[in-house]
Amino acid sequence: MPQHASPKRRMELEAPDRFRPVVDHELCKKCKKCVSECSYRALEFVDGAVKPIGGCVACGRCLSVCPAQCIEIRQIQSMFPPHANFNERVRRGIMSQATTGGVLLTSCGTDIPYPVMFDELLLDAAQVTNPAIDPLREVVETATFVGGRKGRLEVKENGHLHIEKEPGPMVAMDMPIMIGHISLGSVSYNAQKALFAAAKELNILAGSGEGGLHKDFNVFSQNLVSEVASGRFGVTGDYLKRTAAVEIKIGQGAKPGHGGHLPGEKVSALISQTRMIPLGTDALSPYPHHDIYSIEDLQQLISVVKEATEYKVPIGVKIAAVHNVGAIASGIVRAGADFITIDGFRGGTGSTPRIIRDHVGLPIEVAISVVDQRLTKEGLRNRVTVFAGGSIRSSADMIKAIALGADAVMVCTAAMVAMGCRVCQQCHRGVCSWGIATQREELVSRLDPEVAAARVVRLFRSWNEELKEILGAMGIDSVESLVGNRDRLRYFGPNSKIAEIMGVKHVGEGWG
Amino acid sequence: MTAYDVWGERKKVGPFDPTTAIERKEGCVIIHADRRDEDGRLIHYKVLNDLVRQIMLEGQRHIVLDGVMGHRYIASTANRKDLYIEIHGTPGNNLGAFLDGPTIEVFGNAQDMTGNTMNSGKIIIHGNAWDVTGLAARGGTLLIKGNTGYRVGIHMKEYAGTKPTMVIGGTSKDYLGEYMAGGTIVVLNLNGKVDGSPVGMHLGAGIHGGKIFIRGRVEPHQLGPGAVINQVGEEDAAELDPLVAQFEHAFKTWVPRDWGMWVKISPASSRPFSGHYDPTSI
Repeated sequence: MPQHASPKRRMELEAPDRFRPVVDHELCKKCKKCVSECSYRALEFVDGAVKPIGGCVACGRCLSVCPAQCIEIRQIQSMFPPHANFNERVRRGIMSQATTGGVLLTSCGTDIPYPVMFDELLLDAAQVTNPAIDPLREVVETATFVGGRKGRLEVKENGHLHIEKEPGPMVAMDMPIMIGHISLGSVSYNAQKALFAAAKELNILAGSGEGGLHKDFNVFSQNLVSEVASGRFGVTGDYLKRTAAVEIKIGQGAKPGHGGHLPGEKVSALISQTRMIPLGTDALSPYPHHDIYSIEDLQQLISVVKEATEYKVPIGVKIAAVHNVGAIASGIVRAGADFITIDGFRGGTGSTPRIIRDHVGLPIEVAISVVDQRLTKEGLRNRVTVFAGGSIRSSADMIKAIALGADAVMVCTAAMVAMGCRVCQQCHRGVCSWGIATQREELVSRLDPEVAAARVVRLFRSWNEELKEILGAMGIDSVESLVGNRDRLRYFGPNSKIAEIMGVKHVGEGWG
Repeated sequence: MTAYDVWGERKKVGPFDPTTAIERKEGCVIIHADRRDEDGRLIHYKVLNDLVRQIMLEGQRHIVLDGVMGHRYIASTANRKDLYIEIHGTPGNNLGAFLDGPTIEVFGNAQDMTGNTMNSGKIIIHGNAWDVTGLAARGGTLLIKGNTGYRVGIHMKEYAGTKPTMVIGGTSKDYLGEYMAGGTIVVLNLNGKVDGSPVGMHLGAGIHGGKIFIRGRVEPHQLGPGAVINQVGEEDAAELDPLVAQFEHAFKTWVPRDWGMWVKISPASSRPFSGHYDPTSI
């Protein structure tokens, strides 16, 4: 355990600020709203004027509340001598670690400009040989069923249908979107309430996250997926039985192989209650589940959760996309999971070491197609529902993820942005000025759950409409027919090896 | 009647009726878990647990499981406080997972993960309990007459009024009380020498709440990061006495109160990693 002596700070050696709010004093009405709204305390009212005093993170709260619209946030660029290799980011990391000696903490998804394969894929459309469908006038089905597709129907010789095997429990969603697991603790009560209310309104699923389920949220339980993570926070028999599905969290895209760590400052009375932990202590999630050291052990945890829920709800497993994701997914299906969630490395988080967020895992585009191909090859794909997550930014990403092999997508950051998040990557500090990733009451109250829920609802409704537009253009009348339909994708990028791995043809390649 | 193949899929077999395994007696219901179907197969854990659930729903307060042979997940999520489950034989992994109230007494050994994420209740084992016993328990009592395996009492945590306790009559192996966030573990070392060590390495690694009491010796090199070792004081003895008495009562035995031979392992801090990270975002 590292013991840091309290570092002697030398201001001139520390990294300078990246952003500065600039106030146009001629327009400023001196209402001081920006000063009181800045939870990072980057503004001060001195000598009759608002002045920046350092620490700005560009969250944009001040300029959004300014009645005179007189604040502009500028990026301070001139501080570092240009060097492409030792770039500013690298140098800032060194300076910060030299001061604190700690593991750099960050949040949200990685901000490194890695290539995004979603942006290198083009979709197909129907022309002449198959007719396009007008989704405004004809039915294009986007309902999605979550659960193990283990049923078998047989057609008897006399033409009668016979249910050879009952399907497992299934949950219906109106669109192929699930709001991912965002725990109470990482986000505020109001933020979680808004997400859950949106899920209920849209009739889709939302994840409870690792922090248990607040008693006020029982009304949403039929749209919730409860989570069993390594810390088992708030996991009781009742919690498992209440919700529409249960997910065993093995990993998260933003921090594969890393446990959770909710610092004691964030463990308020509310969090202590729902997580069932003492007030003010660190809530540590062990890195592994200590009862899972193999696929056989995972099978046991799946089985015990199935026993606990009396086989009435689907049980899933969430893993981070890592290098052998295909084989792992295959093992998970064989262990009896009804759905799998694959979380790509660009996925978001409320807190993670930057070294893991930025450098560990696989992009979801590759992971999902590898998993789909592997499960199909092994004859297992029809036994599970597959979710893809890890930076699904738009309906285009969603459609491409489905065509690459997902049944549905898991979305978090986009829903947060709809609620006000500006992706400033400060969630781990717990002072979110938008009232999302914080537990401070005065900040939490800034988020109106009803307004936020309505915005999330509108966002996903529009995505669903865009999905229908694309399906119609392709001449497909049900989203289920797009799942794993890689033939409707073409790769338009620099690396044809990627296309080969994803099982997607290069642009220009056709049937003959 | 259905049976299950290795994948847990339903499989048709002959007309074996599992309810024939139930025997009703005055004041209790006995389920004979060693009953076999006409193909000679032992009843599957799904069938056994289904029977147990049915009997629990009837409101029976005393259930006896006889001839248990490694049946897993027995009594998971059972939540009646006045329920007493008596098990003869060897229950399989995850006995009493998510348990919330009942008392389970095993006349034999238990396997791994007994009392997984238990909320309240009592599990008494008249034998050994092996790896990962009491994982993430946040309440209730585990009394084990014999020895335990690796990673016992991991991430036990206390919350509001509930506090998990575990008393082990014999020994335990490596990683006892890892990530521990509350509750009490007692290792009595009744079968070994009192000047020997009844525990393995990495004791209380990452402990940030709760206490571990050990009757016997613990060398500093056995401790995990974040754990500190102390002598048992008067206050500790007063806390230990009722726990030890509970053990004595459950197993009709006697435990010496030689507090001078005991040690106490406790966390150095409730925030072990507060200085580990650099939250400066850049």
